[in-house]
Amino acid sequence: MAELKYESPQTTEAAVALLAAGGPTARVFAGGTDLMVQMHEEMIEPTLLVDIKRISETRQITFEDDYVRIGAAVTGAELGEHAELKAMWPGVVEAVELIGSYQVQGRATIGGNLCNASPAADSVPALIAAAARVVIAGPGGVRDIPVEDMPVGPGRTSLAAGEFVTSLLLPKRAERAGDAYLRFIPRTEMDIAVVGVGVSVTLNPDGTCATARMALGAVAPTARLVKAASDILVGNKLDHAVLEALAEAASDACSPIDDKRGTIVFRTKVAGVLACRAAAIAWQRAEKN
Amino acid sequence: MSNDQSTTNYRWVGKRTPRPDGVDKVTGRARYGDDMSVPGMLHCKILRSPHAHARIVSIDLSKAKALKGVKAVLTCAEIPDHPLSEPPYAPIINDMHDISRNVMAREKVLYDGHAVAAVAATSERIARAALKLIDVEYEVLPHVLDPLEAAQPGAPILNEDQFTFGDETEPKVPSNLFRSITGKRGDLEAGFAEADLIIEREFISEPVHQGYIEPLACIATTSEDGCVELWTTTQGHFVIRALCAKLLNMELAKIRVTASEIGGGFGGKNTIYGEPVAIRLSQMTGRPVRMVMTRTEVFRASGPTVGSRSKIKMGAKKDGTITAAEVDTWYQAGAFKGAPVGRAVETYFSSYKIANVRATCYDVCVNRPKVAAYRAPGAPMAAFAAEGAINELADRLGIDPIDFRLKNAVGEGDESLMGSKYGQIGLVEVLEKVKSHPHYAAPLGPNQGRGFALGYWMHGGGLSSVSAHLLDDGTVTVATGNPDIGGSRSSMRVMAAEELGIDIELIKPIVADTGSMGYSHLTAGSRTTFATGWAVVNAVREIIDKLRALAAKKWGISVDDVIWESGQAVPKKAGQDRIKPLSLKELAGMATKMGGAIAGHSEINAGGVGAAFSAQLVDVEVDPETGFVTPTRYTVVQDVGRAISPDYVEGQMQGGAVQGIGWALNEAYIYDAEGRLQNTGFLDYRMPVASDVPMIDTVLVEVPNPNHPYGVRGVGEPCLVPAPAAVANAVENAIGRTMSWLPLSPPKILQAIEELKLAAE
Ligand SMILES: Cc1cc2nc3c(=O)[nH]c(=O)nc-3n(C[C@H](O)[C@H](O)[C@H](O)COP(=O)(O)OP(=O)(O)OC[C@H]3O[C@@H](n4cnc5c(N)ncnc54)[C@H](O)[C@@H]3O)c2cc1C
Repeated sequence: MAELKYESPQTTEAAVALLAAGGPTARVFAGGTDLMVQMHEEMIEPTLLVDIKRISETRQITFEDDYVRIGAAVTGAELGEHAELKAMWPGVVEAVELIGSYQVQGRATIGGNLCNASPAADSVPALIAAAARVVIAGPGGVRDIPVEDMPVGPGRTSLAAGEFVTSLLLPKRAERAGDAYLRFIPRTEMDIAVVGVGVSVTLNPDGTCATARMALGAVAPTARLVKAASDILVGNKLDHAVLEALAEAASDACSPIDDKRGTIVFRTKVAGVLACRAAAIAWQRAEKN
Repeated sequence: MSNDQSTTNYRWVGKRTPRPDGVDKVTGRARYGDDMSVPGMLHCKILRSPHAHARIVSIDLSKAKALKGVKAVLTCAEIPDHPLSEPPYAPIINDMHDISRNVMAREKVLYDGHAVAAVAATSERIARAALKLIDVEYEVLPHVLDPLEAAQPGAPILNEDQFTFGDETEPKVPSNLFRSITGKRGDLEAGFAEADLIIEREFISEPVHQGYIEPLACIATTSEDGCVELWTTTQGHFVIRALCAKLLNMELAKIRVTASEIGGGFGGKNTIYGEPVAIRLSQMTGRPVRMVMTRTEVFRASGPTVGSRSKIKMGAKKDGTITAAEVDTWYQAGAFKGAPVGRAVETYFSSYKIANVRATCYDVCVNRPKVAAYRAPGAPMAAFAAEGAINELADRLGIDPIDFRLKNAVGEGDESLMGSKYGQIGLVEVLEKVKSHPHYAAPLGPNQGRGFALGYWMHGGGLSSVSAHLLDDGTVTVATGNPDIGGSRSSMRVMAAEELGIDIELIKPIVADTGSMGYSHLTAGSRTTFATGWAVVNAVREIIDKLRALAAKKWGISVDDVIWESGQAVPKKAGQDRIKPLSLKELAGMATKMGGAIAGHSEINAGGVGAAFSAQLVDVEVDPETGFVTPTRYTVVQDVGRAISPDYVEGQMQGGAVQGIGWALNEAYIYDAEGRLQNTGFLDYRMPVASDVPMIDTVLVEVPNPNHPYGVRGVGEPCLVPAPAAVANAVENAIGRTMSWLPLSPPKILQAIEELKLAAE
């Protein structure tokens, strides 16, 4: 039986070195709410856990010139208590806050949610809709990519050996901007999205849509940006015809599976329903800003 | 002393008193199954079948045995085999032949998760690693999950030595159909001929798990003289002792079982799983062995309740008189016989006076874990079908659902289909209460529907033992042999305090081990407050008699002249005012100097159970675009006989309703094409969480059971019986069509709504 080692480096460089030396059975350890469950169920058997929570960059929320930087190991509870961020990106924050329960919120991180690469991860569609970028540190230095390029399949990311996520960048918001995230679960809490929809819009002074992004979760192997949504929304108001087109675009973008969490028919239909509802909320928020 | 009088002014009975187990539970001090550890103990892990149905060709343990830290490995070879039991079969079949095979697979594995081998090692990690070193060669066989399919000729046969019992043709080929039970009366043909409306429907319900929060766990030690001590989470340690002794061919007195604090059972902890394995491993190693199941193991290998397929036909006259009812229902028993078919027949139509009726229930084996009891075993699925059909009859005849039931309600002197005769029952009172409840008339919003259903349950009585001890300082211990699942310690204390006339705080209720008490049957069947409570009353009455005798001796008068009143001995005759009454405390202080310690005990076989009825009203709102159901209001009205501890009684009623909501809306076992269970955790086995349910209102109707000293009826089970039917009925009324297949999950409801839309176009 392999031994399990635990390290908690204080710098990004040290973490990268440990991960690079640790090989494929080394794992980043953030909140552990996915990792520990997977270890307990013997789905993975890591030999090295690199806890990134002592690296200060991963634990901070900072407002910079063009964007807000959220450390990868910031927890759902911390995001939920950040009034300024919540006011700017209510959809992203509500998505992160949907993760688990009170207890889970105190541990679960935004970076962990992304890097676990579950197609149903709640924060990811909201982050994609928000046009967020991921900052990655690795043996070759630092790079950043759009969130949608991070997951490449269920449980798989585009991270190379020795790389890990240090932070996420959210663009700063102008006036008349709003976002929203909605998911469908068969219960009210403690469940995994059967469908998730994130929508972000900015409006023109006349109330028509200036920019829009919509992303879906749990309806394909990875969360998806629905490119057609922008064409449907931009220049328009949210009337009946637009909503119908939006629902259709959402349903068309789905390529789900039948599994224990939902059927193809159900997921496809509900993606359209939630797309309209999330767009309406994002719109309302934008109008108030 | 007389039996219950409703007019009695009780000091403790019916009052809201603090729970005796509360402090330990909120501080975390209470010790559950896996909180026990013993120096030098080994950890047991069980290897489980990855196949739904396969022949075991060979098992190679050599590599596992060679792993450092592994102390013993066992297979079925270490568990004694037993012959099949012979008829007549008891209502609950505890066939050692089956139990032996369920504990450890013998010729074949019969379900995904079936135990195949077990390891005892110095750490859990080593034990888990050893499991991976066990080589099992399987010959995979076709499997069957559905009871109707399994009962057909040509279906894959699970137990090749099982022949349909009671089949007059003396079957030559084995069958998954173990037996059927029929209850009938009257002339069906004539009954249906009289009817103005006949409906025929099929209902399907899926197996659901008891979902207790504490996984199964035990620890066994064996001493050099062959005596075993077992600590386990169970609903009945005497039953665990009996089953282990029988299975392992041991003497009863050599096994001493202590029940841990229990984190829920609901019928699921009435039998043995890992206990005999831990005992055998401790015998093989001479060391204590601890076995704790994971949630995944609990789902894969411990009993859910039955799933059912029912074909029902009912007829009624325009005035609402039910003229005939007929049902065939297939219950899947899991891998071994023993679905609660008798209970199904008993409860099917037993709330109603129907002249012509037949109910037949089939006990069928399928490749799923063997079913265990679950809160009114066999009844909620029967009620789902019967109440569903009755709601449709009432609806189509344009009769109010409560009036319809009042018209057909059974009363004193009527009999259930299995011959239970009703004494004083509260059915009409319950129905009237529902009708007059504000909930019944409350307006409904858009997309909302209201559902109603009625449930009947005949609780258990049986063997209970109690030992009560008066201590020198006037405090009292009351020991029972029943694990406290739903607040029995509180009720025992209340009844003892009421009898003795002392403060409840002076009484310490405890659950004693099998070495300290007479036999006590399970904490199950809603029997404990009834039967064990009765024994408590007897035991403390014996104490009272001894105290009266002590006072008589002290005063030099006849014991017949001493009465017990408000916690003290008082001379009966007038003119004896100069004799000062002696309190329980004073007498307790004298006892050891005047003859010896004072105790009372009682070992009874309680009869005189009372039928109980629970009626439930529920409102739901359905999201027409997603099929999501929100229960918005829920009221449970139940005849509880007498609520000894109302807080607990209400808790039972609320718990039953919550479990019914889960059963109706989301809970189901999901198998893949190979028969492997896919949802082995609470994430995907969707029991309700707190935010899924509304506040459950409760209305206690108290029509005392005249047979019991305090009028008790069982309350734990009746409250689940009508719940799935009531919720389903609410969904039907919200969306405007019948729904017959539980669970009513969002995809099913959405599909139904879409079909309605298409039909309307
Ligand atoms: C009871 C319960 C309920 C849950 N409910 C939800 C829910 O509603 N919605 C939802 O989306 N999820 C849910 N989850 C899953 C989980 O909580 C979230 O995905 C959470 O955000 C994971 O964060 P973490 O910090 O705990 O990740 P960890 O478990 O620490 O890590 C997850 C994975 O990502 C990797 N990783 C973590 N951080 C980094 C990084 N910075 N760089 C590179 N790799 C990294 C780890 O190596 C690991 O493979 C639930 C989990 C539980 C136990």
